[in-house]
Amino acid sequence: MQKRNSRIIMGALFTAVFALFLLPSIVPGLDASLAFADETTVNLDVDAVTYDPAPKLTEADYPKISGVNSRVVVWIVAQLHLWFGAFVLAVPIFVFIIEAIGMSTRDQRYDNMAYEFIKISITAFSLTAILGGLLVFCLVLFYPDLFNYLATIFKESMFAYALLFFVESAVLYVYYYGWHWLQGGFKKWVHLTLGLLLNASGALLMFLANAWTTFMMSPAGVDAAGVFSGDTWAAIHNFLWNPINIHRMIANVAYGGSIVGAYAAFKFLSARNKEQRAHYDWMGYNANFIAIAALLPLPFAGYYLTAEMYVYSQQMGITLMGGVFAWIFIIQAVLIGALFLSANYYLWCGMGRSEGAHRYNPYMKYIAVVLVVSFLVWFTPHTLVLTNAELKSLGGPYHAILGPLGIMPAKNTAVNLLILFTFLSFMFYRRANKIATVPWVAKGNAVQVALFTAGIINIFILGTYYGYYTNTVYKIAASIPQVLTTLVIIAISVAIDAFMYKGSKEVAPLRWGRVPPRSQYALFLLAVSFTWLMGLMGYVRSGIRQHWHVTNIFRDNSPDAYTPGLGYAANVISIATIIFMAMVIFVFWLSTVSSQKSQATGYWKEQGT
Amino acid sequence: MKDFLKVAIFSLLTIGAFTAYSNFGIPQIVPAPPPVEEVLDLEAMTMDQFIALGDRLYRGKGTCTLCHNELLRAPLLDDSVAMALKHMSDPNYKGEATNVEEYLHESFVNPSAYVMAGFGKAGSNDTESPMPDVSAGGIGLSEAEITAIIAYLQDSSGNEVTVSIPTDVPEETGDEESEGGGGRAPFDSAEAIIAEFTCGACHKIAGEEGEMGPDLTQVGALRDKDHLRRSMLDPNAEITDGFMEGMMPAYGDQLNANELEMLVDYMAGLK
Repeated sequence: MQKRNSRIIMGALFTAVFALFLLPSIVPGLDASLAFADETTVNLDVDAVTYDPAPKLTEADYPKISGVNSRVVVWIVAQLHLWFGAFVLAVPIFVFIIEAIGMSTRDQRYDNMAYEFIKISITAFSLTAILGGLLVFCLVLFYPDLFNYLATIFKESMFAYALLFFVESAVLYVYYYGWHWLQGGFKKWVHLTLGLLLNASGALLMFLANAWTTFMMSPAGVDAAGVFSGDTWAAIHNFLWNPINIHRMIANVAYGGSIVGAYAAFKFLSARNKEQRAHYDWMGYNANFIAIAALLPLPFAGYYLTAEMYVYSQQMGITLMGGVFAWIFIIQAVLIGALFLSANYYLWCGMGRSEGAHRYNPYMKYIAVVLVVSFLVWFTPHTLVLTNAELKSLGGPYHAILGPLGIMPAKNTAVNLLILFTFLSFMFYRRANKIATVPWVAKGNAVQVALFTAGIINIFILGTYYGYYTNTVYKIAASIPQVLTTLVIIAISVAIDAFMYKGSKEVAPLRWGRVPPRSQYALFLLAVSFTWLMGLMGYVRSGIRQHWHVTNIFRDNSPDAYTPGLGYAANVISIATIIFMAMVIFVFWLSTVSSQKSQATGYWKEQGT
Repeated sequence: MKDFLKVAIFSLLTIGAFTAYSNFGIPQIVPAPPPVEEVLDLEAMTMDQFIALGDRLYRGKGTCTLCHNELLRAPLLDDSVAMALKHMSDPNYKGEATNVEEYLHESFVNPSAYVMAGFGKAGSNDTESPMPDVSAGGIGLSEAEITAIIAYLQDSSGNEVTVSIPTDVPEETGDEESEGGGGRAPFDSAEAIIAEFTCGACHKIAGEEGEMGPDLTQVGALRDKDHLRRSMLDPNAEITDGFMEGMMPAYGDQLNANELEMLVDYMAGLK
């Protein structure tokens, strides 16, 4: 078994390295710019292309269609494309992992589940492409000068993107339609490798598109007037490229998990027999597991992205966190709170699958209290917008108790506890139907209790002492050891549990399908909240450019150059979410009808023998 | 179908709850419109007006107060002259300024020439400033505007203003918005002035419901024209009971005489 796992991992790594070596040859601009060309050669190049500065537009340069708000159209189409793109990039990641687990354990249920996941994403893949085409169409139609400027800089990578899209499509179709053909022995290995290739091409597609987006936020490879230096790699590898790549990659997995979870929940609720209920309950559990596993590191990736924004431009960072967008993060706290609470609620409901879980029930209320308190701290605003009378009665803009809870050290402490206690819920769930049989159970549990206790104390000390009694530099820096503490607790606890529950005894079986229907609504809440949250964060990511198409280089002089208010943005996001959900339901419905057959007796002419 | 409807209603209610919270649960802050450049008539400007311009730029277009405030993201500049003298003699100073005026100018266009301890970019060991060159990029202050801020900083720290108003700068600050424009067009109504300066954000006026300042819906019945004029030129001269000093900016530099009188007449008519 060990040997087989190693072979799977080695094969996966080999293909990944192969895909990476292909990158420079796919992207023509990269080839030249990665080479260490010396400056003299460049200067002597009489044929060197010269580029124009970023155009200075007037309102008349933006084409208009009567009755159509071009910004809202581009906004909604881009958001829909991003949602579907995130979904179709994420699904192959965990399909690949599930398929590998199936190969490793030889449990065909995993293979079937992986196939069902990829089946859902097939229609979504077409919709992603259609929406991508529509987005380009809208950009060319409504923002031709901006598109032209970006295309001048990114022409090679845009061409590579189009080619890569063909590669991804081809691999996806072989991967999906060849699922049942490429079964067993070497064929299964070929299939798994195709899965890896699919992920490599998908990730590259996302990285290229991210480069265009982040160039607009933190332009590189251009001078102050927007004149392109000709170095494509510099423009791609701009300051915020990697932080966004990391953040989006993790978020996509969490998002994909939540959407597939909603699919499983929908199928569970409409299941007509016990077998179907058990299958979709199991599927929903796995999807939720994927979503939560990716959700746990997501706040850290978000924090890293924000910190990098501050490093790139303090002004951009302050606009994001201290300016008009500051209140966004209160809405974000509500949404992430909803995500964590619904994920935990689903786990707690899931503990009803096994009688063995009853012994953990008394702890749940304490976990719930910690989660709610942490959520409330995260949700506490720092600067309050108050009337004059309120200001006077409060004695300033900061409340004596709530004010200190509004700053980042308190929020960092809260979010670390939120993550730790969600992990604790998960640990209890994993132990629900088992009893460890190793002789060192008591010691193992004691180490875990000590680890959690010491870790929580450490998180508190880092949050309070360094957060409130030292200067700003330490306030920010303290968040890193806090995160590391959380990660260390999770990593060591997982390791201890893995050894402690090896060969454990089943105390009561997990009865898949034995969960209340209301638990499935937690999965819907997860999917809807995630979708809406991504829309909100898309608004703020784009909004912090303010009245610039490309920050500080290419000014937006369209009638919509102003930053929309939060309420207006929320309305647009909600409309887009409803459109997206309707399209997702269509995708779910298609995957259901594709497996149905109707007997049209008497319709077809009898063929003579 | 029943399950589908239940799920659809649940999802719509969730989206509705998020929308309602974003619209009614948090304050609705309307972001400032994109900055519109103005053409400065430097030749007709007195030094007091030039300092007032510097004050406006310091708080507005220059975005200086975004960081130079009591939260100490950047050093406070209430005594920038003394600070300049001290920094110029510091061994860590890497600039070329020989006097306060040059130092302040240099700190705007080359902020890393001297970085105060604790205020450097993360990881730079206080050798690199997080402050951008304010003459370039998104802030894009012109030479005249930088000089105006220097004048303001010298004046506000209680020192002699050593800069002179530039006279040899053609069409200062004229970028793409103001090229050939000759400044903004005069306002043709009091309503337009109220809308432009967003008076309703703080006052109840012209259908707006601001609460930070006094209710102006019947101000004409309570105040005479002299009082109204003074409250716009020097808002802190007299503070209405229950309101705080220093909240309202002075509008003397932003309106011409006709516009000011138009506004005074309008408000006097609010009874």
